[in-house]
Amino acid sequence: MKLTVWTYEGPPHVGAMRVATAMQGLHYVLHAPQGDTYADLLFTMIERRSKRPPVSYTTFQARDLGGDTANLFRTAAQDACDRFRPEAIIVGASCTAELIQDNPGGLAEALGLPVPVIALDLPSYQRRENFGADETFLQIVRHLARPMARTARVSCNILGPTALGFRHRDDLAEITALLEEMGIEVNLAAPMGARPGDIARMGAAHFNVLLYPETAESAARHCETAFGQPYTRTVPIGVAATRAFIAEVAALAGTARHPDEARLRQPWWAASVDSTYLTGKRVFLFGDATHVIAAARIARDEIGFEVCGMGCYNREQARALRAAAKQFGVEPLITDDYLEVEAAIAALQPELILGTQMERHIGKRLGIPCAVISAPVHVQDFPARHSPQMGFEGANVIFDTWVHPLVMGLEEHLLHMFRDDFEFHDAAGPSHHGGHAPRSLSDAPGALPPHPQDTSERKMPEAPAADSIVWLSDAERELKKIPFFVRGKARRNTENFAAGKGLNEISIDTLYEAKAHYAR
Amino acid sequence: MTALPAGGCRDLPVLRERGQREVFCGLTGLIWLHRKMQDAFFLVVGSRTCAHLLQSAAGVMIFAEPRFGTAILEEKDLAGLADAQTELDREVDRLLARRPDIRQLFLVGSCPSEVIKLDLAKAAERQSARHAPHVRVLNFSGSGIETTFTQGEDACLAAMVPVLPKTQARELLLVGALPDVVEDQALALLAAMGITPVRVLPARRSGEMPAVGAHTVFALTQPFLADTREALLRRGARQITAPFPFGEEGTTLWLRAVADEFGVPSDLFDSVTAAPRARARKAVAAQAETLRDRTLFFFPDSQLEVPLARFLARECGMRPLEVGTPYLHRDILGPDLDLLPPVPVLSEGQDVDRQLDRARAQRPDLTVCGLGLANPLEAEGLATKWAIELVFTPVHFYEQAGDLAGLFARPLRRRALLSPGAALEAAE
Ligand code: SF4
Ligand code: SF4
Repeated sequence: MKLTVWTYEGPPHVGAMRVATAMQGLHYVLHAPQGDTYADLLFTMIERRSKRPPVSYTTFQARDLGGDTANLFRTAAQDACDRFRPEAIIVGASCTAELIQDNPGGLAEALGLPVPVIALDLPSYQRRENFGADETFLQIVRHLARPMARTARVSCNILGPTALGFRHRDDLAEITALLEEMGIEVNLAAPMGARPGDIARMGAAHFNVLLYPETAESAARHCETAFGQPYTRTVPIGVAATRAFIAEVAALAGTARHPDEARLRQPWWAASVDSTYLTGKRVFLFGDATHVIAAARIARDEIGFEVCGMGCYNREQARALRAAAKQFGVEPLITDDYLEVEAAIAALQPELILGTQMERHIGKRLGIPCAVISAPVHVQDFPARHSPQMGFEGANVIFDTWVHPLVMGLEEHLLHMFRDDFEFHDAAGPSHHGGHAPRSLSDAPGALPPHPQDTSERKMPEAPAADSIVWLSDAERELKKIPFFVRGKARRNTENFAAGKGLNEISIDTLYEAKAHYAR
Repeated sequence: MTALPAGGCRDLPVLRERGQREVFCGLTGLIWLHRKMQDAFFLVVGSRTCAHLLQSAAGVMIFAEPRFGTAILEEKDLAGLADAQTELDREVDRLLARRPDIRQLFLVGSCPSEVIKLDLAKAAERQSARHAPHVRVLNFSGSGIETTFTQGEDACLAAMVPVLPKTQARELLLVGALPDVVEDQALALLAAMGITPVRVLPARRSGEMPAVGAHTVFALTQPFLADTREALLRRGARQITAPFPFGEEGTTLWLRAVADEFGVPSDLFDSVTAAPRARARKAVAAQAETLRDRTLFFFPDSQLEVPLARFLARECGMRPLEVGTPYLHRDILGPDLDLLPPVPVLSEGQDVDRQLDRARAQRPDLTVCGLGLANPLEAEGLATKWAIELVFTPVHFYEQAGDLAGLFARPLRRRALLSPGAALEAAE
């Protein structure tokens, strides 16, 4: 038993829903109680889907237990076939149905439905959402795909994009265009947009492009063994990764056509003098391993940040993340407990967080800017505009998105020079942040602008052992002269420094000694 | 005011459906209960699904550490139940040590805990003894196999009734978790009529929990409190029945029933209610311009459907086509059913696909439904109102009557603003 408040991943059957909802012509019959239908709103509200997910829930109740829950399942499966006329169905159990052991696969098999029935066995008490998506996709491929002759022209399948994925829709469009520019045909993309009938002709492709190991690595491996299709290992997020991906694809396809890089602006945007202020900004990264590893490389090599910590919540990919963390010389944080993540961030005091919606909240609480790089994400991370993470346009998008929460370079200087001018007073904050300008960080947690829904019941993690230290009034005045966006850090650093030295008063000298101590 | 349509729905035949339901389970109630009861913690004993439901149903996350959480059962808990009890004790000890502000702890049963027959009553008893007198531990079920959405609150309050202290005092007890601002308005109106003291279940803090006895009279403020009502009747309390306090009419009838019970002179009643009544009528009238003669379809959700249909039909001039509700408690809804003009379909339970067929065939001007159905129906050209907002927003009593009507008017006004058809093409 483990006490959990917020989770990074849902249960595995939600992963199965992400696959079913991304596909066409597939239906999912899920043995589950009524409350589990909440999962529909993830798709209709957060992702703004205009159709209900293709899921029939049996919604058994207590009075059905011991009676005939199995029959409820049979009826639901039969009704779903009659009403929705799918080309194939997947069947499975949620956590509760797993306990009553009705064996949905066997029941559906016995019905003699006119379409393929794919049984899912997703251990709800051990595994999570990403596993559920990966395993579901694997089972679909296993059941439906057959070896077949390769297409005459060189072609590939794109594997991984699902419903509710972070920018999957746009990544898919971006990479499809990139492959076409290279003269490579896309045989099919799956799960997103694929029909069961399309899956059947997966074997016709010459190789597979694996976009998200989280959701499709097992299927890619299966295709490698069953159909002899190699698959790509590079995830094309970032400029260098996209170029490496192109090279990898070119080698697999035996083509030399390099896509046009004219649209790529990120390297110049990073090199231009305004970006100088980005130099060495300390960033902390957290999310799914694939996005975090890619983002860490971009942060260090393409923007000039310093990576001060990184981690992931999905244990399935922990090994890759550990290896990457080693390269960056930081401790890997592998956990699905957001409190641990928050504690790590509070201790490291990064200047920017790159994370999920959870880290966005942590950032809000700690007064640290945050940009989102990974699922789980919320409604505003499904923008109306094309906004990929992958490919050259993805690199442009990433630069804009990460820089946005920071104070712009020129602005930083202006704020500094005119900080006593009424228009540039500390509380003004970055001018492009309209409504929610950060307030002064100097005045303890309560001063942070509350998120409308934020109940803020919990105190912020305390700076270690610094509570008893007194700021002398001249030091306090001096502290106020430091621009607000670094003042919180200056205060904490100074207090930590003083605590380390066993001081209980902070004077101007202490302040500047601390500054010198922490200067990099 | 225009002449009200005559009739009543008490004896109307009910369409009973037993197919797939598209509703939340009772765990969802924790989202508003934990805000209401400020020193209570709600510990769900369940699965990752339960935790994910709570996180998703909140719509947005109430970040910070809220006073609810899920003790997620793991493989080993399923195998040995004795161990599950020990594990639970350990989690509770840890929680209470970390949160000394907690005075009441609710162990909340889920589908998995009930299917494996994990005895939370026993656990609550044991932990109560262990943490008394600082913390009292109770248990109830919020599971999806036992409870639908608002029934979670009912189960919670019903669990509290047997342990409320005993009293011989003749006191009024208001039952139902209302937002504090609304509760204060109700108490002020009652006080102005000379009805004091008034007790409230649930109280905001554990120290203020009401006492009950044979001279207690109670009035429900929410229609879904069937088990709580039973439990109070068993303790000898007596119920004041009335329509529910939605809209000007509902509020007045509800207050009048209470006033009559306490012998409030009618001129006093009138002088206390005149001003807020006038305000409510005016506020509702402004919204009713948008709502009048529009057709209305309720999917089952919160059990508020019948009283709300009554309000929307009688005070706003809407025409309900179908009023669906998860459960139809005639004992509780009688006065509202009497007032509700006959509706073509009154349905209980759900078979969601068939109900969608009916809604599509009738193309109501406004459909009240859950979050899972709203956008798909909008994409089919039907205006919708999310039902969940009705339990998260202050909607009871006079000062909220206009806001309540406004919740239904806004989607219609919005549709009128947006250029017709554009959204539908884009949704394809
Ligand atoms: S329906 Fe049951 S299993 Fe699902 S979230 Fe509710 S209590 Fe948990
Ligand atoms: S800030 Fe609000 S809207 Fe944004 S991710 Fe958090 S809960 Fe969702």
